Amino acid sequence: MIMVLAIALIITIVGLILGLLLKGIDRKIAAYFQSRIGPPLLQPVYDIIKLVYKQTIIPVTAVRWLFSSAPVIALASSVLLLLYISMPYIFYITGIDTTLQGDLIVVLYCILIPSIAIVTGAFSSGSPYAAIGAQREMVILMSIELPIAVVIISVAWHVADSMADPFAMSSLFEYPLWHNAGAFGVLGGILLFFAMELVLPAEMSRVPFDQAEAETELAEGVSVEYSGKLLAFILLTDAFKALALSMLVIILFFPYTLSQLFGISFQMYGHRVAPFVEIAFLLFKIIVIYSFGITFIRVIMARLKISQVARFFLFAITAISIIGLILIMLDPNMRII
Amino acid sequence: MKSDRVYPLNIGPIHPAFKEPIKFTFRIEGEQVTGVDIDFGYTHRGIEKIALERNYIQIIYLLERVCGICSFSHPLAYCLAIEDVAEIQVPDRARYIRTIIGEMERLHSHLLWTGVAAHEIGFDTLFMYTWNIREKVLDCLEELTGNRINYGMLTIGGVRRDVTPENSETITRMLEYYMELYDRASEILLDDLTLRARTEGIGILSREQAEMFCAVGPTARGSGLLKDVRIDYPVNAYYDIPWLNPISPRDLGKEPIGDVYDRMAVRVLEIKQSLNIIQFCMENLPEGDIHSGDGAVKIINTLKKLEGEGIGRYEAPRGEVCHYVILDNQEHPIQLKVKAPTYSNGFTWIPMLTNIEIADIPIVIASIDPCVACADRMTFIRKGGDEERYNWEYLHQKSIKKYKRSVNQ
Repeated sequence: MIMVLAIALIITIVGLILGLLLKGIDRKIAAYFQSRIGPPLLQPVYDIIKLVYKQTIIPVTAVRWLFSSAPVIALASSVLLLLYISMPYIFYITGIDTTLQGDLIVVLYCILIPSIAIVTGAFSSGSPYAAIGAQREMVILMSIELPIAVVIISVAWHVADSMADPFAMSSLFEYPLWHNAGAFGVLGGILLFFAMELVLPAEMSRVPFDQAEAETELAEGVSVEYSGKLLAFILLTDAFKALALSMLVIILFFPYTLSQLFGISFQMYGHRVAPFVEIAFLLFKIIVIYSFGITFIRVIMARLKISQVARFFLFAITAISIIGLILIMLDPNMRII
Repeated sequence: MKSDRVYPLNIGPIHPAFKEPIKFTFRIEGEQVTGVDIDFGYTHRGIEKIALERNYIQIIYLLERVCGICSFSHPLAYCLAIEDVAEIQVPDRARYIRTIIGEMERLHSHLLWTGVAAHEIGFDTLFMYTWNIREKVLDCLEELTGNRINYGMLTIGGVRRDVTPENSETITRMLEYYMELYDRASEILLDDLTLRARTEGIGILSREQAEMFCAVGPTARGSGLLKDVRIDYPVNAYYDIPWLNPISPRDLGKEPIGDVYDRMAVRVLEIKQSLNIIQFCMENLPEGDIHSGDGAVKIINTLKKLEGEGIGRYEAPRGEVCHYVILDNQEHPIQLKVKAPTYSNGFTWIPMLTNIEIADIPIVIASIDPCVACADRMTFIRKGGDEERYNWEYLHQKSIKKYKRSVNQ
């Protein structure tokens, strides 16, 4: 028990730095694409440190307790989300404890909590910009819900017959989506991955789906009235969420470890170093997924309108994910018995 | 379902979407804009008044500061007005050099606008790219005139610096650079899916509305009005260019409807047109003097003995700029009137901004390429929270009173 708590603490602290670093990497890569130099890699960390020292202003129109508690709830729930998603996987790849399961349905709900907390804070701020931003955030949350659910159902269907609990994350570690897949299965898997990669920027409020924050329209929208420590909490929520969601995509689609892929057991001077190698590989995967899902998309597109976004997710992306599900169901080898 | 909840949304005077202070009050229904009220007057600098205390040469450098981007068009219109009064002949070479600088200014202004427009719709990569390639023409201007923005190139009766053979090499290199880039750039600007999704069919200004509100420049041309001072009232080297025509979206094989996309298309095509004009001027650059030969003191002394009024018109990147001066045997004009393009185009915002979504507001406002400081002519001073407004009747009465008084004196 003590060890689990200690590991949770380590994951939280490392996740904090890593989440911020992820944003730094994202900004650096985007700067490269835009032929700029870009900010230093640790700029998000400096931002947080600066904000902690700044004055926190609460507008007179705000509902005080709601306005100031919303970012705290958002931060706490995003840490929880990160721990819930990452702990089974990290325990599995490091071989500490392979019995930890984790439930995808819980994840589906937990993803919503930080966003809803921030939306509540925005509504309670009394600013019309924040209110419009919050309405838009709600529209986006509602329209991306179905694609995520379809993706989760697909991976659960795939293991439904062999596992006692098909919605357990641990079943995916044993039988990843691509396990035994034929042509249909691979195609369906690619469609689902595509849908999930587009959900990622919407969930994270990045261009082209950053309507809730739209700088030139709403002047940062939902977080417009926040300053000082409360804004730092919101930025940290963002960092934790980025990490958690990238990890979720990895678990859903690429849970392979290096030892599984190449069948090597990593040894160095007679010690087993596999856990460290695996964790480094996980970090590499997180950076790749994050760049593909967020950085690359945001540099090649303009911000859409909220009506266009709702149509895009409710029709196009939902259709793509359902086609992916049907293709997987059509593949005779996919169902693991 | 129609909601009865109409709420006001203030955008401005200070807002990330605007580069200058201006206030818009929208009436919003859900995400739909149903009405708009525009409030100017936050950045009035009184340049017309300051000009009355300067001599004729100093005014040129003052007018360069009317607008950060049209820093050649404003003094050029003023010089044309003064040359109109004093009947000064500008040498051919100076006319061509004026054209070259003017078109280079149009080039960098349109590139700047493209970047701003891309930023307004969240397309930051395009914003960075266009501003990056804009550096080339700014470097070229710096080599030609000594400055990137406020060139100090003009004088009454000509220009102050010649184009040397080294300069013409730089200009040729710059033209090659842009000609090479143009096809790829115009493809991105005119065909990119998300850009089209955000610009097509919004902010519509019909041809009749454009005529009614006296729209000028790319705003008018985007609505299908063939209106261009360079062709209608040619100055400088524009007389000599046989193929010069007002740009319209019809050049792309598309009937203009006057949306943001059409205005963007006009600007993109004008980039090409400017390049061609610069090339024409470089090929046909006449030999000879670059100014009328008089020094600043002599010009001031000549103008001091003059009476009369003059008008200068020029097509700035944003539309027609028009300067009107009255001279009355003094060392400075007794009246200077600056009509900047946004002065005319500002009114076209009202039809454009109704029945759009909130998300369209920044790009529609940016689509006329507003220069708020140029258009500000008065400022409201609030005393104890009260606001005083002058309506047309009051101003009319006041001007009649003033006229009567000056007649009686």
